[in-house]
Amino acid sequence: MNLISQRMRGPWTLFKKELLRFWRVGFQTVAAPVMTALLYLLIFSHVLGSRVEVYPGVPYTVFLIPGLIMMSVLQNAFANSSSSLIQSKVMGNIIFVLLTPLSYIEFFSAFLAASIIRGLCVGFSIYLVSMCFIDLPLNHPWIILAFAVFGSGMLGAFGIIAGLWAEKFDQMAAFQNFVIMPLSFLSGVFYSIHSLPPLWQTVSHFNPFFYMIDGFRYGFFGMSDISPWFSLSVVIASFITLSLVTIGMLRAGYKLRG
Amino acid sequence: MTPAIQLTQVHKHFGALHALKGVDLNIEQGEFFALLGPNGAGKSTLINLLAGLLRPTSGTLSVMGFDVLKDYRRARHALGVVPQELVFDPFFNLREMLRFQAGYFGRGNENDPWVDEVIECLGLTDKAHTNMRRLSGGMKRRALIAQALVHKPPVIVLDEPTAGVDVELRHTLWEFIKRLNREGHTIILTTHYLEEAEELCSRVALMKQGEVIALDSTKNLLASIPGKNLKLKLSAAVPQSLMAMVRHQDALDYMLNLNEITQIEFVLAELRNANVSVLDMQLIEPDLEDVFVDLIGRS
Repeated sequence: MNLISQRMRGPWTLFKKELLRFWRVGFQTVAAPVMTALLYLLIFSHVLGSRVEVYPGVPYTVFLIPGLIMMSVLQNAFANSSSSLIQSKVMGNIIFVLLTPLSYIEFFSAFLAASIIRGLCVGFSIYLVSMCFIDLPLNHPWIILAFAVFGSGMLGAFGIIAGLWAEKFDQMAAFQNFVIMPLSFLSGVFYSIHSLPPLWQTVSHFNPFFYMIDGFRYGFFGMSDISPWFSLSVVIASFITLSLVTIGMLRAGYKLRG
Repeated sequence: MTPAIQLTQVHKHFGALHALKGVDLNIEQGEFFALLGPNGAGKSTLINLLAGLLRPTSGTLSVMGFDVLKDYRRARHALGVVPQELVFDPFFNLREMLRFQAGYFGRGNENDPWVDEVIECLGLTDKAHTNMRRLSGGMKRRALIAQALVHKPPVIVLDEPTAGVDVELRHTLWEFIKRLNREGHTIILTTHYLEEAEELCSRVALMKQGEVIALDSTKNLLASIPGKNLKLKLSAAVPQSLMAMVRHQDALDYMLNLNEITQIEFVLAELRNANVSVLDMQLIEPDLEDVFVDLIGRS
């Protein structure tokens, strides 16, 4: 740690603490989402496996995996920053960080980076486990990584916003159940949006999760519902917008410094 | 010399509530200073403004000459705050917590000997690797003090540090804090135990409803209460003629305030006339509590 310049040690420490926080309870923060994704895979592939073929030549089970990975990456990136913040706010230990010379940018960067790492950890674990059963093509690994990083970054920032806004655990649960869950389930994880009626296709185009799932899946199969470059632009633009909102809230001390 | 703490015309509003009404306050380096006042007087608001947990509506605050808003990094390096609530992070053990806290202030492994020294001075060595959740209330309180000291701040603020702490531990804590003061740290504390402030602090600010209503050395404040207190245990209630002098009453135990020592003869004569006998009697110097009651009542 002494290799890091003194100025960087503050945010680096906060980042490390945020990493350790989820790593200490890895069974709940990494193993549990892997288990959930595998259950989805088991059930949906059993029910639909022989009946549905979304992309020509790609079995449904194989089609499903990238979407499940990305959905877990996004949900866990969100969970990391939001649960850390709401817990420290409710427990009151958030003041340990507020009393320090850390700037709002440093605070933001540390929480964001830890969320991205958690998202990638969960995603990579699901990938590794599913490799045991299924042979998954990897057409564009860098595109996969880009979507995973910007997607988890966007949800990490979103998690900070939710964590700042919520004052109680039930408000956070409401945010998760009424915003994050619908957005991720209605994003085309389990289907291609071309199979939807026109109205729902249009609605799906307003869901940023759709672009993240679709582009991420392109990285594996080289096929997608819309252009992966358009999707990547949407994801990066959403990431930047949410980051700016988050930074603005932190800078104003929203619900942190009265 | 730069004052350790300087407040100039500090106002703080919470909606319609005017919590601080133009507070001016200078605390010199090396002072042992007490901030006293009833609940809601604005003590915690003032501390939170210094710590950067709140932002003033108007006015300026500085720590060791560094403005808490414009130069917040240096101001926070100079300040260690022990919060009133027993807050802790349940994910980590004591030593990890302290090392993280030091890390936030840019300190790395080279600071570890100091972390261990603080742990030892506060009698927590055998708890260094215990999860914060498993520490008792008194230990958590000491852990909070340790946390405020890891970055070696010259100014230390303790918000009710002995609330809910048993007598023995209170003594140990004060010995440690006195040592810090001897070593040059400026100490600012709020406390409900006025005898602690009286014993330890060289200067006192008394706050009421967002204003500093008295600011003086403990000695001068004590001298401002004229006369002495007469503690009496009587066989019956005091006669009407003495009621004006009664300060406290607990059944037939009375505390009377005497403007001059010669009034004692008048008191005894009145009691004799009313056929009330004195079971016990004690003459007491006024303490900070009398000053407190007197000033709060008067303002």
